[in-house]
Amino acid sequence: MAQLTFREAIARGIAQEMRRDDSVIMLGEDVGAAGGVFKGTVGLLDEFGPVRVRDTPISEQAILGAAMGAAMTGLRPIAEIMFSDFFAVCWDIVVNEIAKSRYMTNGQMTFPLVIRSGNGGGLRFGAQHSQSVENWAMMIPGLKVVVPANATDVIGLMAASIRDDDPVIFLEAKSLYASKMDVPDGDIVDTLGSAKVLRSGADATIVSLGAMVPRALAAAEELGENGINCTVVDVRSLVPLDTSTILREVVATGRLFTVEENPRLCGWGGELSSIVSEEIFYDLDGPIVRITTPHIPLPAADALEDLAIPSVERIVTTIEKAMNS
Amino acid sequence: MTTATKPTTAIDLEHRLALYRSQVALRLFETRAYDLFLENLVKGTSHLSLGQEAIAAGVAAAMRETDWTFATYRGHAHTLARGVPMTPVLAELLGRANGLMAGKGGSMHLTSVEHGVMGSYAIIGAHLPIACGAAWSAQYRGTDQVAVCFFGDGTTNIGAFHEALNFAAIWKLPVVFICENNLWMEYTRTTEVTAVAHPAADRAGAYGLESILVDGNDADAVYDVAARAIARARAGEGPSLIEAETYRHGGHSRADPGKYRPDEEVAQWKAKDPVPRYRARLVELGVDEATLVAIESEVADEVEAATEAAKAGAIPGEDLLMKDVWANGGSSWRN
Ligand SMILES: Cc1ncc(C[n+]2csc(CCOP(=O)(O)OP(=O)(O)O)c2C)c(N)n1
Repeated sequence: MAQLTFREAIARGIAQEMRRDDSVIMLGEDVGAAGGVFKGTVGLLDEFGPVRVRDTPISEQAILGAAMGAAMTGLRPIAEIMFSDFFAVCWDIVVNEIAKSRYMTNGQMTFPLVIRSGNGGGLRFGAQHSQSVENWAMMIPGLKVVVPANATDVIGLMAASIRDDDPVIFLEAKSLYASKMDVPDGDIVDTLGSAKVLRSGADATIVSLGAMVPRALAAAEELGENGINCTVVDVRSLVPLDTSTILREVVATGRLFTVEENPRLCGWGGELSSIVSEEIFYDLDGPIVRITTPHIPLPAADALEDLAIPSVERIVTTIEKAMNS
Repeated sequence: MTTATKPTTAIDLEHRLALYRSQVALRLFETRAYDLFLENLVKGTSHLSLGQEAIAAGVAAAMRETDWTFATYRGHAHTLARGVPMTPVLAELLGRANGLMAGKGGSMHLTSVEHGVMGSYAIIGAHLPIACGAAWSAQYRGTDQVAVCFFGDGTTNIGAFHEALNFAAIWKLPVVFICENNLWMEYTRTTEVTAVAHPAADRAGAYGLESILVDGNDADAVYDVAARAIARARAGEGPSLIEAETYRHGGHSRADPGKYRPDEEVAQWKAKDPVPRYRARLVELGVDEATLVAIESEVADEVEAATEAAKAGAIPGEDLLMKDVWANGGSSWRN
């Protein structure tokens, strides 16, 4: 057991896989000597050298195109897009090329690659450096979407993503980079498409993702003190989506609350609500309630950003109101 | 500026006959594809290489089997030139189950990994960075494979072109970029919207590369310049950017009659048609008429047989619809 930050867990997860598999290589802006702008790749250049850990120019299309070309010819590249907002300048490569080429070629090609990216708000960076883009990625057939919420999961899900033969968008919540936890020693390998039940309660089920997970947990603690006992589920990967765990937990309480950092429209909770209404509607005891960032660009000022992204307080009051009405 | 327009004498007759056969095959295949389009059998769109055959044939002849081709939506010729049989290519155009990708890709996405054809890409410029990635992989794994990437003149104005050129240059990647300058984008003349006269060759210097211009209607010249660029890449000396000047005989795609082009221009370029031009050269070199006629009729038979086989192909079934989104063959996104 060692205390590890979320950001240190990224480097540890990557290093674990680079040690066992020479075909794993890495590229991105400032990922080498600088160790990443969020310090997620510190030490990798020293251990694996500049042939496997490559700094690139500011060329997001080239970074992801190179990852795709390397993947289709047998390597397992890990590409970094510094801020997930920057997906907008290379989205063609992700959506039109990486996601579709296996299907279009009738299965002739595979794309075992991981695209890591700093995602979401909390750092007061304003509208172009704070977006939660998990819903962009989730809506594209052919992409897997992984969003860990703690250091241990970062390592295990990173390993699973690297070993997976399909393209994975691996979103790292920027507001969690500094979070710490005790992480077991030795190799950790997790499974994509497995949600985790973090807490059980009889009254309501809160389903959350990434940076919203610790907030959902804290809210559940508070709600428990007020007599509302909540289950908290960490979705962990949007694609594949562990609907069997989620639906089971919603059936158990009869209430679903989603806590989403993405802006309201077409957030993952909307899809989940539709699955729940289609498949377990008669197990619900009340309406599904989505707690999301409103449908606005994110403001920079700390006071305003705090109002926008779901807070523990907003989760608590929203759930209390819904449960008591 | 380097120009390499003179036919090399280094190509022996056997290879020249193969180059002729390849060009005739591309010509007759594309002509047939157009006819089938007019018969409404080629659904959707298609972009022909009629008039540009010397580039596909000449470059492919300079490649090894293990090298990679990255093509565009105008990719029938590049796919066939690598040795992919006509039947699956034609069947793909017809949307049949015996198509190269069982009908899932269509005319614009021809791919045959088995033949080193690593995809045809329909978003302008996207495949230049992807070709860099394949080249990076060859460099990393220490194989001596080379990635060859074809694109049009209009493509030199999109960001991905410039990102890829810089990227390939700084990493000294074994990739050869080949701009087929047919003077026109879709319906706009490229020089009208480009800062320089030679959209690729004039940009090469910006990436520390030699400026290379070649007569793209001369298969020998194309072969020669491609062979040198590929050898350079294979030797670890880095990328090249070649601009091959050519012309498309038809419109941009489908039924486009190409009427926006002045008649004199079309006539001038048709006079430089690479296929009869190459035939004349072979005659000049002493090849007898019977040999050439034999090649032409063999190819014509091949096109005929491919047409029949493609038309006879089954309509793709529903079993294909949900297949191969993922590496496990499926498409499931939930449990
Ligand atoms: C990003 C993007 N923009 C526009 C198009 C539409 N489009 C398809 S082909 C084409 C012209 C391309 O011209 P050029 O690069 O000269 O190639 P050519 O078709 O002449 O071979 C355009 C604009 C596209 N496919 N992708």
